[in-house]
Amino acid sequence: MHDEPTDVCVFAEVHDGKLAEASLELLHKARDLACELEGAVGAFLLGSDVRPLTEQLFAHGCDRVYLADDGALSHYSTLPYAEVLSSMIRQAGPAVVLFGATTLGRDLAPRVASKLQVGLTADCTDLQIGPHTDIIKGKEYPRLLYQIRPAFGGNIIATIVNPRTRPQMATVREGVMKMGTPEPDRGGELVEFNGALDDSLLCVELLEEQRAPRSVNLKKAKVIVAGGAGVGGREGFELIRKLAETLGGQVGASRAAVDAGYIAKAHQVGQTGTTVRPKLYIACGISGAVQHRAGMQEASKIVAINTDPEAPIFQVAHYGIVGDLNEVVPALIDIYKEHAK
Amino acid sequence: MSYEIIVCVKQVPDTENLTGDAMKEDGTVNRSALPAIVNPEDLNALELAVSVKDAHGGRVTVISMGPPNAAEALRECLYRGADTAVLLTDRRFAASDTLATSYVLSCAVRALGSPDILLCGRQAIDGDTAQIGPQLAEKLGLPQFTYVEQLADIGDGCVTVRRALDDGYEVVRGPLPALLTVTSEANAPRPPSAKRVMRYKKARAACELVNEDETLLGELRQRGLLIEQWGLEEIGAEEAACGGSGSPTRVKKIDSVQLRSEEHKPVEPTTEGLTELVEELIAEHILD
Repeated sequence: MHDEPTDVCVFAEVHDGKLAEASLELLHKARDLACELEGAVGAFLLGSDVRPLTEQLFAHGCDRVYLADDGALSHYSTLPYAEVLSSMIRQAGPAVVLFGATTLGRDLAPRVASKLQVGLTADCTDLQIGPHTDIIKGKEYPRLLYQIRPAFGGNIIATIVNPRTRPQMATVREGVMKMGTPEPDRGGELVEFNGALDDSLLCVELLEEQRAPRSVNLKKAKVIVAGGAGVGGREGFELIRKLAETLGGQVGASRAAVDAGYIAKAHQVGQTGTTVRPKLYIACGISGAVQHRAGMQEASKIVAINTDPEAPIFQVAHYGIVGDLNEVVPALIDIYKEHAK
Repeated sequence: MSYEIIVCVKQVPDTENLTGDAMKEDGTVNRSALPAIVNPEDLNALELAVSVKDAHGGRVTVISMGPPNAAEALRECLYRGADTAVLLTDRRFAASDTLATSYVLSCAVRALGSPDILLCGRQAIDGDTAQIGPQLAEKLGLPQFTYVEQLADIGDGCVTVRRALDDGYEVVRGPLPALLTVTSEANAPRPPSAKRVMRYKKARAACELVNEDETLLGELRQRGLLIEQWGLEEIGAEEAACGGSGSPTRVKKIDSVQLRSEEHKPVEPTTEGLTELVEELIAEHILD
């Protein structure tokens, strides 16, 4: 019998001594996948003085934490992290390794995949386990990782598999996997990794770092008021912002509005931006390209405001307002203020 | 000091400007209906290269792996300041995933002689993977700086860049040679210069000539108008590591995006209509 690996591992991303939410979300997905593969859930934890975080990883469903605690790993740098993580993966031999599709994950994962000569799929929005038949070689794979991702600017959805190489690696969009409830008393096994780092890997020096808490958090927003090309400019977005503030929501935007320079990229909703599921999504002057609709159609209620009655956005809307947003939006602000008193 | 710079570019369908017939009835993409362009962030990489050359001297070479048509993208790069162009085209490169593509590019970069700076766009708009840069850097054993939004300094064999992070930025310094992937924030690519268009519109790769006779190729080369065309042998690549055989990933299936479609409730853009809407949203606890 061939020894097919069954474990599912997650790269545990750490910022300022805290585990990234994206990594914790992934652990819960890893648990589902590991159940189907009848394997264990692991996490790779790299950093300096990060040992206390192992408890939290166990609580989020991890059976085994692979730990590399080294002063040289205190700040993320591609070369040492790729070197250490590649060695840890070789040692652990999992079936699957998942990364959050953060800037860090998207910097590290491809370097590691190239080192290990394995396949990698970027920015997955779903992961499943399923069978696959290699038609050319006539080989059956009963339980492969289906790596599902938008492609072609978000206009199609592709399912990718890595039949031949292990581990099967993927980066996963933040916020698409649901966070589960931690079990604080859950324990697990700690596997320590001790390897000396070659000095040549430490050639990149950090001179300055600026991090600000995200001012835009579309994933957690209950209400999103989004503007598109129809908003007409930066000034027009002031109106969108005002409605969002009035409703206690966040400002979203279509790709067209971002590309036109009306608003920062962080506000972009859609398959190529952030996928959102608010209670209320108000689309103002957004025509509704496929990739945009796919990124917001799971909102509980969608209100579309557009002058063009044929705009595709109306196909996913619960309420459609054919009209000029410059009149409708101020009216909505006034009416809501009256009712909210 | 002057710099040898290589920029990797990709010709992509313009997915950002999908027109009516770009999507087929079955939800798949009709590639032939989409204009082919140079991947937008690759132009930011090229701009960074040309501005370094302008400031310090050196040479900018653009390379592209793709079908014979990709020569058009290389000409566009010549119009925008590249000095030489190399087209990597070979049937055995077809169906390469990012691992195989980065392998082919690494062979080509070695064949060109190691550059001081190797540049890529952050990611291509048809795949959005951002994997080629890091995989290419790994294969060449170079340090990588991804998400570069500013080249802060270059000199003394070192480069200092500002990298975009999810929630801010960092400034890092490392040794050259290195690979950088460049974001659209880094600069505004210069448009093609009229003078360069006049000069390079006659630039051709061998595959674009009806009749590949040596005299014509030699003439083009002499006038600096030959887009070098390299296949598997010219870059010394192993066939098994290229194309489908060198690609661990397989596309199992392609689906159209599932969109919900239902009747919406029309709301009149009048005070009455909008009041009713707001009241309904509050009653259903969608709004507080």
